[in-house]
Amino acid sequence: MAGGIKKFVVGSFDDEKVLFPAVKNVRKAGYKIHDVYTPFPVHGLDHAMGIRETSLHTAGFIYAITGTTTALTFMSWVFTKDWPLNIGGKPNFALPAWIPITFELTVLFSAVGMVLTFCYLCNLAPFVKKHHFHPRATDDLFVMAIECTDKTNDAEVQAFLQSAGAQEINVQVAETGWWIGRYHKEQKLYKEEKGY
Amino acid sequence: MSLLKYESQLREPLVDGNKDYHQVTEDIIRPIEMKPSRLWYIGFYISVALLLFGVYSVYREVTYGIGQWNVNKTIGWGWDITNFVWWVGIGHAGTLISAILLLFRQGWRTGVNRAAEAMTIFAVMCAGQFPIWHMGRVWMAFFVLPYPNSRGPLWVNFNSPLLWDVFAISTYFTVSLLFWYSGLLPDLATVRDRAKTKFRKMFYGVASFGWTGSTKHWQRHESLSLVLAGLSTPLVLSVHTIVSFDFATSIVPGWHTTIFPPYFVAGAIFSGFAMVQTLMIVVRKVLNLQDYITIGHIEAMNKVIVLTGSIVGCAYLTELFIAWYGQNPYEWYAFKENRANLFSPYGWSYWLMMFCNVVSPQLFWSRKLRRNITVTFFMSIIVNIGMWFERFVIIVTSVYRDYLPSSWSTYYSPSIWEIGFYLGTFGLFFTCFFLFAKYFPVIAVAEIKAILKTSGENYKVKMTDIEKADAEKFYQEEVGHAH
Repeated sequence: MAGGIKKFVVGSFDDEKVLFPAVKNVRKAGYKIHDVYTPFPVHGLDHAMGIRETSLHTAGFIYAITGTTTALTFMSWVFTKDWPLNIGGKPNFALPAWIPITFELTVLFSAVGMVLTFCYLCNLAPFVKKHHFHPRATDDLFVMAIECTDKTNDAEVQAFLQSAGAQEINVQVAETGWWIGRYHKEQKLYKEEKGY
Repeated sequence: MSLLKYESQLREPLVDGNKDYHQVTEDIIRPIEMKPSRLWYIGFYISVALLLFGVYSVYREVTYGIGQWNVNKTIGWGWDITNFVWWVGIGHAGTLISAILLLFRQGWRTGVNRAAEAMTIFAVMCAGQFPIWHMGRVWMAFFVLPYPNSRGPLWVNFNSPLLWDVFAISTYFTVSLLFWYSGLLPDLATVRDRAKTKFRKMFYGVASFGWTGSTKHWQRHESLSLVLAGLSTPLVLSVHTIVSFDFATSIVPGWHTTIFPPYFVAGAIFSGFAMVQTLMIVVRKVLNLQDYITIGHIEAMNKVIVLTGSIVGCAYLTELFIAWYGQNPYEWYAFKENRANLFSPYGWSYWLMMFCNVVSPQLFWSRKLRRNITVTFFMSIIVNIGMWFERFVIIVTSVYRDYLPSSWSTYYSPSIWEIGFYLGTFGLFFTCFFLFAKYFPVIAVAEIKAILKTSGENYKVKMTDIEKADAEKFYQEEVGHAH
């Protein structure tokens, strides 16, 4: 699933204290931050980058009530309509006795649904491969990728990042989406001669 | 320092030593990249041997029937369900640490949550074996699922606590697994990006699902963790509550008590933390992770142990008192003669339980003993012996002398295959744990990094200067930009 080949100016920061003002200045200067890759969740970075809040929890709530209604309607249907059983002379519609299963199904639906949604939204799955701008983005560097358009002067962006405190700066041409691939095999999606 | 929160100097650092982000990665990932030690191999092979003995014991039981066990007319559950409840109880600490302590914003959970969650998953796997193989005709096990069948369809009984258990345990296992694995993704990506060998690149490449560390992904990941924690919190309480319903909804003297749910949950946390201690004390030593699992972590867990141990003790005494106060002759007989009477056939197990669970954890009121690793290690084992006997007391002493004296059976002792099955689950548990400790980061690397600059030792020193500075300026510089 190709997202498209684009050109990026990539700068790595080794301190989140430098990163925050850099993000702010890059945005002020009008450059488009493609993404910032961090080794751990840096609180407030999403706000600084102007990313909107996630609605994942809303999805979780919807899955949860789906679980609740599934459990309740199914048990009611089984015990009052499909096959009513006389269990110790108790009422067929035994709501209190169904609370545990209703609760468990609520949690199960919500958890499974949310994790699947999370993986779907973030394109996470086994055998999915993506371009990594810097191998140390999962170790100790905060890697900012600025997307270049036809009008962008990369030298200018590089100088800008330098002044913002980036340690390593380079220009990369990369696939923005994901593809089926394996990390132990070097493979190029698009041959060099095709050009970008 | 970009600080998401201000932490007082008075708090003990959660990460010792002079660490930076890279050092954290190095320390935690290095054991994965090294050849396992001789000790690892010895431990692993012993575990596999135990597992194989367990497999053979179960094979005997399936082939020749439940008669291979010494369970009888009144003691139908015996060791089997004792072990089930024991393992489920142990499986409570992981989710408690990662979920409830996340909601309570307890920073120290980051040092132990990953391994504790793994322990939870393996313990629940072990627990699940017991009711499944106890079915006897285990090839019919799928009958517990409500699926459309050709027998009517004849549905399962949704009013039965045993069925609630099926739902509770399987939900708990699934949710714990998802929680654990979603937390593992970023760390597996860290291992992948450092990998030098082909196998590691491939294995961790597949396992990390192509994680990049994108800010948007982290934002969703945080939201996911928080909601999963919110869901797991009532879930973890519900699981042992439902296990206790297996007993409490019956009318057997000694079981039919409303105190069971909270008492079981407290006991589960108690034994779970003890198991975490047993494992963590070994892991921190063997993998050289003393800087991450500090004495402070051990002390914090010991505090939970003394709290829950005292809740359990309180429950024992309440139970005993109510048995007398309730004036039901059968109930009182079960407590007075079957349990509290030291000279009754199983009286010793009641007092052993009392000693291990109620008396011995009181040592942990002393700060010195809470911070003593040797004492903690022995205590953790004593607690788990005690908690095993608690379940034995509940299961055996309540039923071995029932309403009908002609069927009293005071001579229940397990057969070798019953013991073998139990040992086999130890094999399963430790085989899984050894593999986990070898192939997965035993500490949540990303989570440690997230707290490093507020709770790491070398950063805490610098905090003093910040504290001295003008508070307004401090807020603007250190906290202001984050919100």
